[in-house]
Amino acid sequence: MSLDADEVKKIAYLARLKIEEADIPGYVSNLSDILDLVEQMNAVDTAGVTPMSHPLDAVQRLREDVVTEGNQRELFQAIAPKTEDGLYLVPQVIE
Amino acid sequence: MSYDSAKWEVVIGLEIHCQLATKSKIFSGASTAYGAEPNTQACAVDLALPGVLPVFNKEALRMAVKFGLAVDAKIGLRSVFDRKNYFYPDSPKAYQITQMDHPIVGKGHMDIELENGESKRIGITRAHLEEDAGKSMHGSYHGMTGIDLNRAGTPLIEIVSEPDMRSAKEAVAYMRKIHSLVRYIEISDGNMQEGSFRCDANVSVRPRGQQELGTRAELKNINSFRFVERAINHEIERQIDVIEDGGRVVQETRLYDADKDETRSMRSKEEANDYRYFPDPDLLPVVIDEAYVEQVRQSLPELPEQKKQRYMAEFELSIYDAAVITASRELAAYFEIVAAQCGDAKLSANWVTGELSAKLNKAELEITASKVDAEAFAGLLQRIKDNTISGKIAKEIFEAMWQGEGSADEIIESKGLKQITDSSAIEAMVDEVIANNPEQFAALQAGQDKLMGFFVGQVMKASGGKANPGQVNQLMQKKLKS
Repeated sequence: MSLDADEVKKIAYLARLKIEEADIPGYVSNLSDILDLVEQMNAVDTAGVTPMSHPLDAVQRLREDVVTEGNQRELFQAIAPKTEDGLYLVPQVIE
Repeated sequence: MSYDSAKWEVVIGLEIHCQLATKSKIFSGASTAYGAEPNTQACAVDLALPGVLPVFNKEALRMAVKFGLAVDAKIGLRSVFDRKNYFYPDSPKAYQITQMDHPIVGKGHMDIELENGESKRIGITRAHLEEDAGKSMHGSYHGMTGIDLNRAGTPLIEIVSEPDMRSAKEAVAYMRKIHSLVRYIEISDGNMQEGSFRCDANVSVRPRGQQELGTRAELKNINSFRFVERAINHEIERQIDVIEDGGRVVQETRLYDADKDETRSMRSKEEANDYRYFPDPDLLPVVIDEAYVEQVRQSLPELPEQKKQRYMAEFELSIYDAAVITASRELAAYFEIVAAQCGDAKLSANWVTGELSAKLNKAELEITASKVDAEAFAGLLQRIKDNTISGKIAKEIFEAMWQGEGSADEIIESKGLKQITDSSAIEAMVDEVIANNPEQFAALQAGQDKLMGFFVGQVMKASGGKANPGQVNQLMQKKLKS
């Protein structure tokens, strides 16, 4: 399976990555190679093998439902680029 | 509804987002309490600071399982959290933790009552656990958007229905049933104003008889029962107009604007609806066993549907009365106290669904805030039952009780409203009314039966509403024969 330049651009957009036009052929070939490798693995007969959702053979530990975190707004907002009225300010999001 | 339902069939499915009433968030120890100062309940995990890890809340799991059991669904003994990837500032991780292929709740169902008194089964495809996002505030921030992440990480279950509803009314009925259920089993406060309970509706239309489904539009974030109905009806008409004008419905997300009563396209979200789900490596599969499920099952209260059936069997209530009363756990509890104390379940049901509900609606009060408590209300009904007062006088007394003028007995005493059951006193009034209306009486004797109502009415009026209507009737019959 191979990708084309438009697909690479779309993937970059979805991940909000800025890529240079000149680098696109390189990404096309690298990503296509990875997909080819996956394709080879697809050839293995996995009937009867339970799909793995996590590499560790363990199950989720659960937390008690108690509030353990207090208000640390000041601390967290000290590193924010812009805040006002307790809100984080970000570039306008247009609905 | 102004479309031709003989020609068009409507297909609706709902996705209901319901916040779970845990104290802390689904993956962090921050508080979920509503209404705090912005960002005072958003901890390092909720802010997605580097190096943090989510740890799953035990109570959120229990509540989701409880819901699954209450809709008779298969419980996922092994469920898996996935990442749904998208960029939006109210979600600082740039993904939402949700469940895709292995949800906690599988196929179930919910029965709704239709207007014609029949019931209809609505399929529930699945319900999965996920985290809520923060809130964006637009305007008044120098052209920037303000972000409050207090809500980020609040546990939700998303309840996905089958496309089984065929009208906006059915959709509302289903949403109300789910709303009632989540409050019954105490997994959510269901507060729609605060956004604890909201829904997206998938709506499509097709010519009646066509097998293939029409193209659907998704209506986002509807947070009141009234708006669901209006938004869906509006969308149905819009789609029919498009098709009848020779156009095609496009698959898109639309936002309902309650002020303008219209839906409009949300173009911003249209592009690249490609969420690239994958299992969240930060979270291990959640594994539970049958014993755990059984233990949760034991904690379920009597469910609205079971209660409804019991009321119909035990108290001989109509399906309508039983459904209205059992829709709220608090109303049902109120009714049971009234019925037990006054000893007449049907009378209690009539008054609870009638006068009391009307009064509560008008005052916009919940049953728990009723100005007349269940014991006092039963005291009023007892006086109807033992013939101390007529139903009509009882309404006056109820009004006075609502205004805080005292108990039924005190008001009957102070206002002299005790029903007149003394036959000779009533007979004197009957005689007087006949004497004052000789022509009408002659006509009644000549066979104009409908005049009976006139006479009973006049006697009741003469008694100030206090005569026992049954006795007045009997005495009139007697006079007629003599």
